[in-house]
Amino acid sequence: MRTPEILVVGAGPAGLSAADAAGSLGAEVVLVDRSEAAGGQLVKQTHMFFGSKNQFAATRGIDIATKLTAQVVENSRVEMLLGTTVLGYYPDGVILAERDGRLLKFEPQRLIVATGAAEKSLPFPGNDLPGVYGAGAVQTLMNVHGVQPGDRVVMLGAGNIGLIVSYQLLQAGVPVAAIVEAAPTIGGYLVHASKIRRAGVPIYTSHTVKKAYGAEALEGVVIEAVDEHCQPVPGTEKDLAADVLCVAVGLTPLTELLFQAGCDMRYISQLGGHVAWRNDDLETSVPGIYVAGDVSGVEEASSAMVEGNLAGVCAAASLGYGGGRNGNESEPLRLAYLEQLRELRCGPMGAKTRDGICSLTS
Amino acid sequence: MLSHTGIPTAEDIEAVLPPEELRASRRLAVFECFQDIPCDPCAAACPYGAIASFDDINDRPRVEAEKCIGCAKCVSQCPGLAIFVVEEHYSAQEALVVIPYEYLPVPKRNDIVAGLDREGVEVCRARVVKVKNAVAQDRTRLLWLAVPSALAHVVRNIRVEA
Repeated sequence: MRTPEILVVGAGPAGLSAADAAGSLGAEVVLVDRSEAAGGQLVKQTHMFFGSKNQFAATRGIDIATKLTAQVVENSRVEMLLGTTVLGYYPDGVILAERDGRLLKFEPQRLIVATGAAEKSLPFPGNDLPGVYGAGAVQTLMNVHGVQPGDRVVMLGAGNIGLIVSYQLLQAGVPVAAIVEAAPTIGGYLVHASKIRRAGVPIYTSHTVKKAYGAEALEGVVIEAVDEHCQPVPGTEKDLAADVLCVAVGLTPLTELLFQAGCDMRYISQLGGHVAWRNDDLETSVPGIYVAGDVSGVEEASSAMVEGNLAGVCAAASLGYGGGRNGNESEPLRLAYLEQLRELRCGPMGAKTRDGICSLTS
Repeated sequence: MLSHTGIPTAEDIEAVLPPEELRASRRLAVFECFQDIPCDPCAAACPYGAIASFDDINDRPRVEAEKCIGCAKCVSQCPGLAIFVVEEHYSAQEALVVIPYEYLPVPKRNDIVAGLDREGVEVCRARVVKVKNAVAQDRTRLLWLAVPSALAHVVRNIRVEA
């Protein structure tokens, strides 16, 4: 049995930030992640990030992963265990993990869950054909393994992920036939949309996929317009030849551990699905269990990093580090991170998150 | 409409163009940033203080065109690749457009490439006047393009033919 003061699950932007923030205040931290490389989804992000300098704005995601990982490696209070998959949270507060075929048991004083999110899927005829991918898989093939996913792609979803993966496909020399979005407007940042549009890729808003077809594998996709009630408009079908259909229709928090731990879970559609109730300091209804990043509500990597910092500082302060709760060292940090979150979310793009958090905590 | 298609309208573009009297005589940055998103690196990018610091990170950039010298240092610092530099009267018949470029292959100086508009449609032949890839640009290359004068505010991308 290992008994670190703080166990952080997930070494993406939130978990790396949480481990570093807690360790920097002096807490003894173990950070685990099932992958062999730290950084979570950041390692697939070749584009420059938004936000402000505090969240590494204008730096490419992959370079942010390197920077955050280096901070954690240099932090003598943090031990990072990669290739370590958390299997479950047991009623006595023990967390079981697997590493190299061996079981590891943890009984930490504080737990920070930063497990991120999983991709949503969409039901339509032909969605089980080879060639129908989640956007994350396409990014993994291209940007992690250097494998071209196909020769012509239809992208489903004009949120930031759909737009960015389309851009990355174009950069890799893979033509994108179209971006198809059921909503009447583009959900992602319009600067991303314009960047892809001026490369000649049409964006069909108020359109959805009717079916994917092919004998052995995907050969094409039929799309059609939808009206304001999301009902198909007859006679608007377009047949697009493609060997890849990339599904980028949103993410949902990966909350299994929080359910197992008995956290008060609520369904909040604006946050992507079930999330744990938490206070401003990101502590859930189970004392000592914190959340940070997409698992607390699907958002951007910039806010995931700030949430990680906030949860790390609050968990460490609750153990007496940084002068304890309201301490000289911990409190200014806590307030600064709360202010950064407020700034990131105060604009029109933050409305969904603000509404979601409001419903969650009211 | 931009939010439906990804293509800024003529009105959108008109609203962000620098004052006409400055445009007539100078090389100036044009910020095609039309949405309040949490993003502010441009404010720190200008060595001449032409981009006012943000009160709110969701604001759009406020540019003092009088201070802009068209150096293009800001272009590679915009995560949205939404900043361009335009000189309307580069030569008697040509305008100069500086674009950020993150595709392969990268054209060379004096190459003739297809000039594309905001929908990716070829509208002219463009001459590559200069290619810059400084360390500070972090792999976002900048291309200086000579295009027909009338297309100064139209050409926003290129295609390199094999």
